[in-house]
Amino acid sequence: MNIFALTGSLTIEGLRETGRMANFAGRGALSGILGPFYWRAFFSSLMRIGFTSLPVVGLTAVFTGAALALNIYDGSLRFNAETFLPQILSVSIVRELGPVLAALMVAGRCASAMAAEIGTMRVTEQIDAMSTLAVDPYKYLIAPRIAATTLALPILVLIADIIGIYGGYLVAVYGLDFSGPVFIRNIAEFIENRDTISGLIKAAVFGFLIAVMGCYYGFRSRGGAQGVGAATRTAVVAAAVAILASNYVMTSFMVEF
Amino acid sequence: MTETTPAISVRDLHKGFDSNQVLRGVDLDVNTGRSLVVIGGSGTGKSVLLKCIIGLMRPDRGTIEVDGRNISRHTESDRRYMTRMTGMLFQGSALFDSLKVWENVAFRLLNAEKKSRKAAREKAIECLGQVGLSPEVGDLQPAALSGGMQKRVSLARAIASDPQILFFDEPTTGLDPIMADVINNLIVDRVKALGATAVSITHDMASARKIADEIAMLYQGRIIWRGAPDEIENSGNPMVDQFVHGRAEGPIKMAVRKS
Repeated sequence: MNIFALTGSLTIEGLRETGRMANFAGRGALSGILGPFYWRAFFSSLMRIGFTSLPVVGLTAVFTGAALALNIYDGSLRFNAETFLPQILSVSIVRELGPVLAALMVAGRCASAMAAEIGTMRVTEQIDAMSTLAVDPYKYLIAPRIAATTLALPILVLIADIIGIYGGYLVAVYGLDFSGPVFIRNIAEFIENRDTISGLIKAAVFGFLIAVMGCYYGFRSRGGAQGVGAATRTAVVAAAVAILASNYVMTSFMVEF
Repeated sequence: MTETTPAISVRDLHKGFDSNQVLRGVDLDVNTGRSLVVIGGSGTGKSVLLKCIIGLMRPDRGTIEVDGRNISRHTESDRRYMTRMTGMLFQGSALFDSLKVWENVAFRLLNAEKKSRKAAREKAIECLGQVGLSPEVGDLQPAALSGGMQKRVSLARAIASDPQILFFDEPTTGLDPIMADVINNLIVDRVKALGATAVSITHDMASARKIADEIAMLYQGRIIWRGAPDEIENSGNPMVDQFVHGRAEGPIKMAVRKS
């Protein structure tokens, strides 16, 4: 096969896969809207995705905030701008690091778990069995996971923002001799609603993408343990790439408006 | 259903995957209240045939009628019609491992028919009793059960909504001969109690003889013989004869590469 044919076939397959994924995401989301909505499955997913991700998201946020404070201080000393540490720290975390890092951690935990669980259900015919029992797998398995992850991520990010800033606060106040009240007042005066809202919008989109990737690759897995393993791996990588790429696209829109 | 209309009628059914043509024109009728067992070697398309009939796969060509209604267009309405009328026991039981046994049995009642948990649980315990399992089993997770018990739970789940048509995919595969016979007895008993039409696929001849009113053999994507269980020993068909007696030599050649 020559290079042109190879490029062409890869492009066509890439577009086909994107189309299949968009179709899957649309059907999954629409199933949740049209109902019936399985609240029990939704709350179970919300618990597993949201609540149990809190420790890992919190730890990531506190260490990132602390390290970021040190880096900002060290960098800004070069042009005597170290007093801006609280402002730079807070805007970096709220707009960018909070949503992206929390989403990457949740992707690692939950996209893989969703792909493995749904993939195992696929290869053991549990999804076929569900269809024969008059329950639409899109409504029972996909829609609750998409809804739960889309809702859980903004809440997790809000918590990650607070913990991340607190990590920076600890370093600044106890390591760099900043005044605690001034640190907090500077952040409160500097941060605008749009900073927080843009971060939460990003988080909701990331949550949607994580659930779609996890469910899509699980739903399409074939061929036993090896197929489920491949689906799990692909789901995590695809979710991480989707988070980073969509982050750039959303940021480029958000800084303009 | 009327006497003249078969419960299931399959005509010229074709199904392939890429270059592999699995079903090549299957014609099959199953009359109401009868139990048909389709036998055939591994890879002959038995599961594909069953999945096409029940609506889990879309056939490439041909028609499938259930109680006189053409369901081969595979529409949402066809799917709903089929799920309302049918129950299926899967080869690997296919129990939902995140749910308790009673929730598995009552899955349709809870999630499709929107019965209360109390009513659904009562029905599930009743169905478990019909397959010889005690109420305590209902509170276990499927992973805590043996293969034979999982098959029984799967059978209880299939009959929980009193379906008119039951499908059994390799019901005795992986079971010891005694447990296989227990499952066969339960299948015969439940099909008779429900007055249901049954279609089973298997390559277990003891199971086929026990549960079938009629046996059909699938070979190279077509039905090559059909008759009563007591006729199969003298079918006059060398391929059926080879399969029934499990002989390596004969007209059916297995793809085995010799070193």
